Amino acid sequence: MYDSSFWPKGVTRGHPVLFVFWLLICGAILQFTGIGAFLCLWKGLNQTGMNDYYAFGLWIVIDLAVIALGAGAFFTSFLSYIVRIKELKNIVGVAVLIGFICYTGAIMMLGIDIGQPIRGWFGFWHANIHSMLTEVMFCITTYAIVLIIELLPAVLENRQIAKVPEFGTFAHNLHRIMIVFAGTGTFLSFFHQGSLGGMFGVLFARPFAFREGFMIWPWTFFLFILSAIATGPSFTTLCVMITEKVTGRKLVPHKTKMLMGKISGLLLTAYMVLKLADTYYWAKVMVPGVGSSLDVMYQAPYGTWLLWAELGVCGVLPAIMLLVPRVRQSYGLLFLAMLLNCTGIVLNRFVFTIQSLAIPVLPFEKFIAFMPTWQEIAVGSLILGYGFLVYSLAYRYLPIFPKEVELSQD
Amino acid sequence: MYDFKKIYRTEESRYGMLINIDKCTGCGACSVACMSENNSGVLEDETNKIRSVTWLRVYQVDNGQAFPKTEVAFFPRPCQHCQGGKVGNYKEGFFFEDPDAHENHTPCVSVCPATATDYDEKTGIVSQVPTRCIGCRYCVAACPYHARYFNWYDVPWPKGSERALSPFVSPRMRGVVEKCTFCFHRYQQAQNKAFKDGEEKIAEMDYQTACTEACPSGAIMFGDLNNPDHKVGQTIQQYQKEGRFVFRLLERLGTNTKVFYTTEREWVRRKADNFISDEDFKQALPGQKG
Repeated sequence: MYDSSFWPKGVTRGHPVLFVFWLLICGAILQFTGIGAFLCLWKGLNQTGMNDYYAFGLWIVIDLAVIALGAGAFFTSFLSYIVRIKELKNIVGVAVLIGFICYTGAIMMLGIDIGQPIRGWFGFWHANIHSMLTEVMFCITTYAIVLIIELLPAVLENRQIAKVPEFGTFAHNLHRIMIVFAGTGTFLSFFHQGSLGGMFGVLFARPFAFREGFMIWPWTFFLFILSAIATGPSFTTLCVMITEKVTGRKLVPHKTKMLMGKISGLLLTAYMVLKLADTYYWAKVMVPGVGSSLDVMYQAPYGTWLLWAELGVCGVLPAIMLLVPRVRQSYGLLFLAMLLNCTGIVLNRFVFTIQSLAIPVLPFEKFIAFMPTWQEIAVGSLILGYGFLVYSLAYRYLPIFPKEVELSQD
Repeated sequence: MYDFKKIYRTEESRYGMLINIDKCTGCGACSVACMSENNSGVLEDETNKIRSVTWLRVYQVDNGQAFPKTEVAFFPRPCQHCQGGKVGNYKEGFFFEDPDAHENHTPCVSVCPATATDYDEKTGIVSQVPTRCIGCRYCVAACPYHARYFNWYDVPWPKGSERALSPFVSPRMRGVVEKCTFCFHRYQQAQNKAFKDGEEKIAEMDYQTACTEACPSGAIMFGDLNNPDHKVGQTIQQYQKEGRFVFRLLERLGTNTKVFYTTEREWVRRKADNFISDEDFKQALPGQKG
């Protein structure tokens, strides 16, 4: 094969023509993204479906969702390098890769989302330390740097790059000190996930989002962290399972996937208990306290079906499923439970972003539904085009699945 | 009764407004004066009201009754210049009398990542620095009054119109947020005048907002709420003693604003906040009167 000398040692990959064709599809998606991004930068954010009622739109939903889904990176690194769960070494590489894609993709999208991208650095220079968004900005940037460092050894271990002795030594030494970066990443991402939740929880004049809390942190701060670490491992495993189905190869032992499922299940159960308690208190005490009711908070098209879907079908159900060993043993059921788990987190982030703004607070204000434009969808699809591209290149050329050779021999 | 020094917990100036809804005819002169004074431009398509910039928007409300019982009222809504405070007990009229209960948080100021909006402790005015705004719109999301506007478009200023612009306020560019500043440039001019005249405090009539001056029916009153010599505070207290409804918008959220409204009509009062039931509403009323 033309590029087989670049593949990880001992593995086979698909035909180069097929791979180039796949890359062209990724390129087409990115071209679509490019057109949308260009229009938004050239003509302004009037190209989107956002307005003064929906200050945040599709992009923030995607940002929050992918950052939660990418939490597998920091949490798996934490469990693998610091808690030293050996089984997770089989999947930590791909978890870091997915985290890298999610974080860098989100940063690129945020660059389009702010009205004055050239002034993006003002958040660091004129930082308002009271703002949760300042915390988000600092954490997302610094953690993206940590993810690059965490991913670097895998890049340097490419068969051709590793032939340069200096790169090989550097990669080896990076591995040895990875615990430092895993610790730093855990700290940064912990606060990043939390501050994203805090961003909504502190909006005390927006009754849908506002929550009381502990010291300066609203409950959403902790709920966002917990939901992210409950979902991140599921999303990582889901990506691996999809890759296995698409490529027809065994990449990660099922035992590792089951462990990831168990971790997700335990954390999701803890999250659901707290989330249900939070929702009950909010619905029974906080909402009536501001003269409103659940009917007002869940108006069509964002009706109570969203509440049942988020907390029931995509919350309690996958939590129970993931706790059952027989479900985890079954490839199909594990896949389904993890898919529901990930859908639940996306719904949660959607609800906090869109519904918080949709509910009119002034009694004489009207309700307006949100609809993104094609330009907004184009920029939003960045995460697909960019994600597929980077993931495919990494799958083909980097040793991110250490057990693949062993599994293929079985 | 509103005790301004208690609810704002300071002896410093706290500029605020009293808007008499029963006097407002909905003519929109205040909005026009505001746009002219603050160099707000006219967009190509002003029919899209969810993207146009209206620092002072006039909302029309009605009592929901069929003709001939229909009644209409208008709520002029500038930025409410929230100070923030503990969510009060509405049964006692939403007063925030516990000085230790809460650190002051203006909803929008506390969230801005780039310190592009600030709360002036000397005047109580919430400022906006468009040249520092990065356009993240977090403040727009935080404001329940829809008083903050993002510039979705560049204003297509007609050729020569720059000669008609006010030299005291910078026109804003696309991609930044803007809002009512209680004509802060007028405050600065009044300060200069007071300094020149050797006065310690600025005179009441030296600092009036453009909307206050433009209102033909005298529905808007402006001044320092903490200054007992200013008419605005005196009138609020007089109205409360007379048994009129005096209130602020969405008071039970604890935004602790500085724009007061007054009316004699109960249904209009009810429109100013969210209430679960008639009983809930009735419980809120006694504390508001003198």
